[in-house]
Amino acid sequence: MKGFVRFLAAAALTVAGVTGALAQAKEWKEVRIGTEGAYPPYNNLNAKKELEGYEIDYANLLCEKMKVKCTWVVQDWDGIIPALLANKYDIIIAGMNATDERKKQVDFTAVYNKTPIWMVGPKATKGNEITPAALKGKAVGAQGSTIHANFLEKFYKDSNPRLYPTQEEANLDLINGRLDYIVADALALSDFLNGKGKDCCKLIAEVPRDAAIHGPGVAGAVRKSDTALKALFDKAIAETMADGSNKKLEDKWFKLAATN
Amino acid sequence: MRWCEYPGYLTGSEVFQNYGCRMFSGLWITFELVAISVTLGFALAIGLAIARLYGPRWAQSVINGYTTFFRGTPLLCQLFLVYYGLGQFRLFWQDVGLWWFFREPFYCAVFTFTINTAAYQAEILRGAIQSIPRGQFEGALALGLHRWASLRHVIIPQAMILGLRPLGNELIVMIKASAVASLVTLFDLMGATRLAFARSFDLSIYLYAALIYLVLVEIIRRVWDRLELRLTRHMALR
Repeated sequence: MKGFVRFLAAAALTVAGVTGALAQAKEWKEVRIGTEGAYPPYNNLNAKKELEGYEIDYANLLCEKMKVKCTWVVQDWDGIIPALLANKYDIIIAGMNATDERKKQVDFTAVYNKTPIWMVGPKATKGNEITPAALKGKAVGAQGSTIHANFLEKFYKDSNPRLYPTQEEANLDLINGRLDYIVADALALSDFLNGKGKDCCKLIAEVPRDAAIHGPGVAGAVRKSDTALKALFDKAIAETMADGSNKKLEDKWFKLAATN
Repeated sequence: MRWCEYPGYLTGSEVFQNYGCRMFSGLWITFELVAISVTLGFALAIGLAIARLYGPRWAQSVINGYTTFFRGTPLLCQLFLVYYGLGQFRLFWQDVGLWWFFREPFYCAVFTFTINTAAYQAEILRGAIQSIPRGQFEGALALGLHRWASLRHVIIPQAMILGLRPLGNELIVMIKASAVASLVTLFDLMGATRLAFARSFDLSIYLYAALIYLVLVEIIRRVWDRLELRLTRHMALR
């Protein structure tokens, strides 16, 4: 059993290694970007099945600066890192926080965005206490495979954590009244509070960042073998920080809900 | 080390060892889901099959529509309709005092699986009852047995032997299909596996989950073989 699994893993690594080496040898003319397309306002598939959002505009701007041709691939969040390792695309730009846990699998570019993390609940919620003791026995929702899910698992063991395949489903269950709280980043939740969640829900409190779980901020993820690609992106990201073009895009897309 | 960490330890899989306890508690939830829904579904199915065969015409068409719908649409679709669809009428459920039921993902899953498997089992039982020769029923009536008594003591025992194999298949299908419960936040075996994968990015955990499902199904297959031998012992060649 052990041998067989080792064999499979070794085979997968060899394939990834070979393709990785080939990719590294070439000069980057074309970059395939993987994103989720279900996390507005970062990245979202609109009704016309077109990608839109801050990260779509931002990555296209980076590509312009790097003078490479970029193509987009949409991939479910759960499989977004495995698909990168399986060479389905070259970089993940999908609102991914650069956490230590993920660093075991992938390398991160420079951080290009950092947003607060919020906890949102029904309008009837009293007070804004969100300590684990205060939320004991409460149903708290988050999207699975995210830092927010890990956060719940680490600190809110006595609550009733519910993990959903997408943020949309967690939002829907908060509207339906099955959840007492949801936790996600402020932008995704602002989008919700300005839209579908307008009538039902409100901001309860900002969640204090935990360095180990939440990481330093949102960054692109590349395969560990693609050091040249990482360097290319790092340089372009630094440029957009210096010339204010990142800020401009953030202002265009990010409209935080009024905090009471 | 707790017992649930041993399988991972013995196979040398770090991820299986780390998440073994979660996966075995997930296995228990899978077991509960399937055991409750298949048992309740069977009780419902007997009534449905009899009403479908001997009931008034309107009941026959209603049951026909019910089985057609639940056998003809994906289980995941039905689960989402119950969980997110019925869940939207919170005020109504609160008024009729049923919100405690539809609030919990576990009850929603049990409810959906029960009405789904009842449709399949009703069709299995109907087919089994219909394949008992008419003469058996007529003979029982001629001996002065009441209609219900003939059904209960003559037709259904024979039909059960015919229905046993397909009912076993339905149980196995339900075990595998119950994995969709993980999509409405339940940590069943599949839900626990998805969590383990999300945390570790180690694909081999799906292989271990597959093996656990396989062992479960194999145990049921063997139990069913025994059951069939026992129920048909009067028919066995001597």
